[in-house]
Amino acid sequence: MKKNLTLVVQLFLRSARLQKKRATLTIAALAWGTVTILLLLAFGEGLKRQMTSNEQAMGNNLAILWPGETTKPYKGLPPGHSIRPRIEDVDFARERMPELDAMWAELTSWRTNLSYGKKTVNGRVIGTIAPYGNARKHFPKPGGRFLNPDDETEKRRVVFLGNEMARDIFGEEDPVGKSLLINNSPFTVIGVMQRKRQSSTYGGPDASHAVIPQSTFKAVIGNDNVNVVVFRVKKAEDMDSALVHLSQILGPRLGFDPTDSHVFGVWNTVEGQKMSEKILTGLEIFFGIIGALTLIIGGVGVANIMYAVVKERTKEIGVKMALGARSAWITGPFVLEGLVYTFLGGLFGALIAIVIVTALGFVKLEGNDVLEFLGHPTLSWPIGLATIGILGFCGLAAGYFPARRAAAIDPASTLRYE
Amino acid sequence: MMSRTPARFRASNEGDAVTHIIEMQAIRKVYDTGKVKVEALKGIDFSVTPGEFVAVVGPSGSGKSTLMNLIGCLDTPSEGRYRLGGEDVSKFTRDELADVRNRRVGFVFQGFNLLPQISAFENVELPLLFGGVAPKKRRARVEELLTKVGLGERMDHKPTELSGGQMQRVAIARALAMKPDVILADEPTGNLDTSAGGDIMSLFTELWGQGSTLVVITHDMTLARRAGRVVEIRDGRIVSDGEAAA
Repeated sequence: MKKNLTLVVQLFLRSARLQKKRATLTIAALAWGTVTILLLLAFGEGLKRQMTSNEQAMGNNLAILWPGETTKPYKGLPPGHSIRPRIEDVDFARERMPELDAMWAELTSWRTNLSYGKKTVNGRVIGTIAPYGNARKHFPKPGGRFLNPDDETEKRRVVFLGNEMARDIFGEEDPVGKSLLINNSPFTVIGVMQRKRQSSTYGGPDASHAVIPQSTFKAVIGNDNVNVVVFRVKKAEDMDSALVHLSQILGPRLGFDPTDSHVFGVWNTVEGQKMSEKILTGLEIFFGIIGALTLIIGGVGVANIMYAVVKERTKEIGVKMALGARSAWITGPFVLEGLVYTFLGGLFGALIAIVIVTALGFVKLEGNDVLEFLGHPTLSWPIGLATIGILGFCGLAAGYFPARRAAAIDPASTLRYE
Repeated sequence: MMSRTPARFRASNEGDAVTHIIEMQAIRKVYDTGKVKVEALKGIDFSVTPGEFVAVVGPSGSGKSTLMNLIGCLDTPSEGRYRLGGEDVSKFTRDELADVRNRRVGFVFQGFNLLPQISAFENVELPLLFGGVAPKKRRARVEELLTKVGLGERMDHKPTELSGGQMQRVAIARALAMKPDVILADEPTGNLDTSAGGDIMSLFTELWGQGSTLVVITHDMTLARRAGRVVEIRDGRIVSDGEAAA
């Protein structure tokens, strides 16, 4: 066995030395295929990550509930009875739902005057509580902060601004610490949201609203109608049971049948996440198939060349057989050739792809509309393994079939004539 | 035995398989092309003892090429028994036949059949490589052989840089590499001019003188006459077998 292997390697090296140009071209074809598949998959992966992050810029594992009307009779009340939860109801439910990471009510004032100096804009003001900041990814720019619990208890007149709204009002000035008027009441700006690429919203993009404490909202805007109730589960898989749990808690308290699933209009983002994950995985598979086909074309190219070589060298193979070469010593070098070419092609292709992906990684996403959507191409281990798998298959196939043809050569018939 | 082996050979060798290098009994070879069956050899009994120089002659289509393929273990007979160097090779597998060719048969072809891209040295080295000879021994053996055939100065030349006669001498060196039981030559002078052909014939005679066993298939009566024994094949049968007419 060892003798066979050494001999095969020797024979391969002897023939490889004679065909550098062919080897180079073949390796180049495979490298090209490898670059293609890796880049396609890397772009797919980058797109997937970027879209997921865009989608989750609003926050993940969230359920948004819009109060509505009952559709089932409950304790003598006919269907069509409207349900209006209050802030206390949300507090009541929060205390009884340990599976939640956060839960809050949002009070919304749609067209509110916000003025600073001579500048007045009309915008959306949300009244909510501190946990909203993290769950909804309202991260402050350096130098600022989001609402804290004391702002709520002390009814502080503080406001956290979306970055677009901050720019509309303050232009290039730093808003933090400055005063503006909301409904003619003075508020201090405590923070401005960091820019984020957000692809899903309810009510409107986070960048163009202002957030103030709930208690302050009540005092300044003058109502405490809960527009939406939002909660975030600790674990995505708890979402369905948490929704049921919430109905069980609020049903008896607010007067609706806990099995009435139409009381709230529900946006379950976990379901949306699953769905878009499926779509994106499908997209990635599609890219992968295109890439694999390109790579296989490279492999077919190798097989084709090797077939031609077998034909061209029929006589040489016959001579070697006559001189006592066993089948394995004839086929071995071909198989090895296929494997070595695909290995080298894969290696060079991978290096090129890594260089390209790394270089693109330095390009800034911000301000580049295409890249903000596409994301940075990203290479990952599964991508690498898939590529290696396809390359290995190509290599074996490209070597094996021509080799089999070579082994089938009848030495007697090849030797006689020039 | 049906062969007309001269009495002096028959007396000493009849029934004694070991002293025969080649021993063929009732060999038939049928080529089945699907539509027609062609019987190339119709019952051949043929034996060669060590140190013989046998010329096989016959018109084209007589079956002598088939006979050469069988002797050289490039093909197996449809029927009959063939012992080469005491081994029954009639039912050998492809790889076993490859080993037998490597150890026991040295081929010399009309078209030389040297590998054109590698040097004379590497051509002669090939059978030693297949035979598993260690690199140092290989080098020594190749140098010895190429010197013996008068090409000691041209070992690194590629076949295309050599004349026909020189190419055939490289081929003979290659045939001798593994010290085979028999040198099997197919029209070795067919592609050469008279002078180069003469050189090759002299080389064969010299090898015979040194104890090599040679089987040469040829049209060339000058070469056949140099052999100790001439076997004539016609239509798949041996029609005459005897000492070469002087």
